Amino acid sequence: MKSQLSPALRLTLVLMVLCIGLYSLAVLGMAQAAPFHGTGIRLADAKGHSYYEAIGQKFDSVIYFQSRPSAVGYNAAGSGGSNKGPNNPDYLNEVQERVTVFRAQNPGAPVPMDLVTASGSGLDPDISIAAAQAQVVRIAQARSVPEASIQQLIQNQQHTPFFGPQTINVLRLNLALDTLH
Amino acid sequence: MFVLTLLLSVPLGRYMARVYAGERTWLDPVLGPLDRLLYRIGGVRPQEEQTWQQQLKALLTINLIWFLLGMFLLLNQGWLPLNPDGNPGQTADQAFNTAVSFLVNCNLQHYSGESGVSYLSQLYLMFLQFVTAATGMAAAVTVFYALRKGIHTTLGNFYVFFTRSITRILLPLCLVVATILLFNGTPMTFKGKQPMVTVQGDTTMVSTGPVAAFVPIKHLGTNGGGFFGANSAHPLENVNYITNMTQMVAQMLIPFALIFALGYFLKKRKMAWVIWGVMTVGFLLLTIPTMITEMKGNPAITAMGVDPALGAMEGKEVRFGTPASAYWSIATTVISTGSVNAMHDSFMPLSGLNMMLAMMVNCFYGGCGVGILNYFVFIILAVFISGLMVGRTPELLGKKVEAKEMKIAMIVALLHPLLILAGTALAAALPSQTASTLANPGFHGFSEMLYEYTSSAANNGSGFEGLGDNTIWWNISTGLVLILSRYLPIIGPVAIAGILARKKYIPESAGTLRTDTATFGFMVFAVILIVAALAFFPALTLGPVAEQFAH
Repeated sequence: MKSQLSPALRLTLVLMVLCIGLYSLAVLGMAQAAPFHGTGIRLADAKGHSYYEAIGQKFDSVIYFQSRPSAVGYNAAGSGGSNKGPNNPDYLNEVQERVTVFRAQNPGAPVPMDLVTASGSGLDPDISIAAAQAQVVRIAQARSVPEASIQQLIQNQQHTPFFGPQTINVLRLNLALDTLH
Repeated sequence: MFVLTLLLSVPLGRYMARVYAGERTWLDPVLGPLDRLLYRIGGVRPQEEQTWQQQLKALLTINLIWFLLGMFLLLNQGWLPLNPDGNPGQTADQAFNTAVSFLVNCNLQHYSGESGVSYLSQLYLMFLQFVTAATGMAAAVTVFYALRKGIHTTLGNFYVFFTRSITRILLPLCLVVATILLFNGTPMTFKGKQPMVTVQGDTTMVSTGPVAAFVPIKHLGTNGGGFFGANSAHPLENVNYITNMTQMVAQMLIPFALIFALGYFLKKRKMAWVIWGVMTVGFLLLTIPTMITEMKGNPAITAMGVDPALGAMEGKEVRFGTPASAYWSIATTVISTGSVNAMHDSFMPLSGLNMMLAMMVNCFYGGCGVGILNYFVFIILAVFISGLMVGRTPELLGKKVEAKEMKIAMIVALLHPLLILAGTALAAALPSQTASTLANPGFHGFSEMLYEYTSSAANNGSGFEGLGDNTIWWNISTGLVLILSRYLPIIGPVAIAGILARKKYIPESAGTLRTDTATFGFMVFAVILIVAALAFFPALTLGPVAEQFAH
């Protein structure tokens, strides 16, 4: 064991230099060429306020497209999901309440799964296209704008990747909504 | 994604076989001098051949040093540098759990990345993710060396296998993955939390950090420890579907490639394909039902009149959707990654069952190096049982398998169920320690405890995260399970291989049991099913199976 101690210690130290120091610096260097120098992609609104595009925000007002329920209250310094089991009675009551609230705000619209279930990170920036469409009538009434122009907004903002599901970024959508007259 | 992983892993396996055999590779001009520099500073004599006992001693010594360093950093991170958010030092039991779980390539994480560790600790944990993956790979290579034709007492040099795993395989691949992540918007910065005022006027703090450096090795090394609390469900840790695919492929890549490396190294490519085939059958048998279950959605919520088109979305992210989340949940549990892109606690009971089965078997691909070691134990058992069935002395690759090797193999194979079942039984028998930590009532609560010990014993690191696991009970008990279930399953197979290597080589004849046929593959599968899966059936019945039938 003793004869192994010296190479173990020395190899540890030199590998720490390599794997922590040089590797991190290399990635940090590359980050300078990446969007926003690797500090996270931002979006700015008309007034110049800047937001993280990927960090979902709480939107619960009737005049905005609402975002998904968050188990951590959209705390971007403490992410997490609800971790409620699928048959937990308290959890199912909570979902039922969300369904009731959604129906009251959006009478007649189909209830989308993503708007009554909490996301994994608590910071999900997206909703499904169906979830956006289910809110069109309510927003049109609350803002007194024609439904067609809001539909048009969804068309413009929806993200159809080459792989994976169609999504729509709630923040982008709402920023565009605020520029509508 | 699966096909892409396969396409990348075959050439990588060939490359790795060359790296470990010490042959020339195209990265030599750059990495040759780097390796020699590392050996010189490290005081390693790369030409020196070691026996299997010397290799294990070297492995355990260096692991002990990493543990002590980790304890020191985690306890003292509060006043050490690189702590812009002022996160406090961990308590002794939490530091023990964190240091051990990163040391054994598990990354159980009884803390949340945003508030539980400083950037310095994150970087040290990242270092552990490199070296523990390399440790597993080096141990697997020792077994490769032992299985060569002929009689061998020495099996290469541990430090060489270990160093080459880092410089030639892990680091270059990490840089590739990091580049993809960076240009998709993954942050890489040493600044602390940033304030942000939301559109609705709330003020919130946003955690970022050196994420793009951390995430590649977390997956390539099958470590799975998340930078943020929500792991790869976090929108900065896993930005979009492309980063999701990248991380998905990255975590399965080296376990796949090691199988093919074995084939190229021993010039037994057919055997490698049989091994891969058995593992793939097991993987698909778990993945497909899970994907179907999740895409169907939660019947209790559909009954409320909610549109089930998206599937069961609790704990999942819209940008990945249910199919990719379900696929990930099994991929991360068959191999020992344990990173998550959705919250496993909220999956349907049958999906939870499949995840636990994946970890209970723990060798369908398996973690970096250790997966193939676990599978090796099952090969030994299958060789023995087949030998008994046809009434011949069992042989593996021209070496007789005798009582001593069998005893070791059985101990290793039975250790896994023992640790999981005894741990869960103790936790269930001591409600004063555990009852208040459960997040869900009834059968699901039992599943949370079973999952935690399964994840620990499989060195996986994912969790039914509803479990409030930062208590002295959970920190210490899972910490002990982690140590036993890491080192014994490395020592066992290396010892078996080392003993076999010294034996006389018997050339193949008509009466030799061929280990590269589909029939033998089926035998191994049957042994895995009997030894690994059936042992857990009673416990699984009390958890996810009961939950499924009760609702």
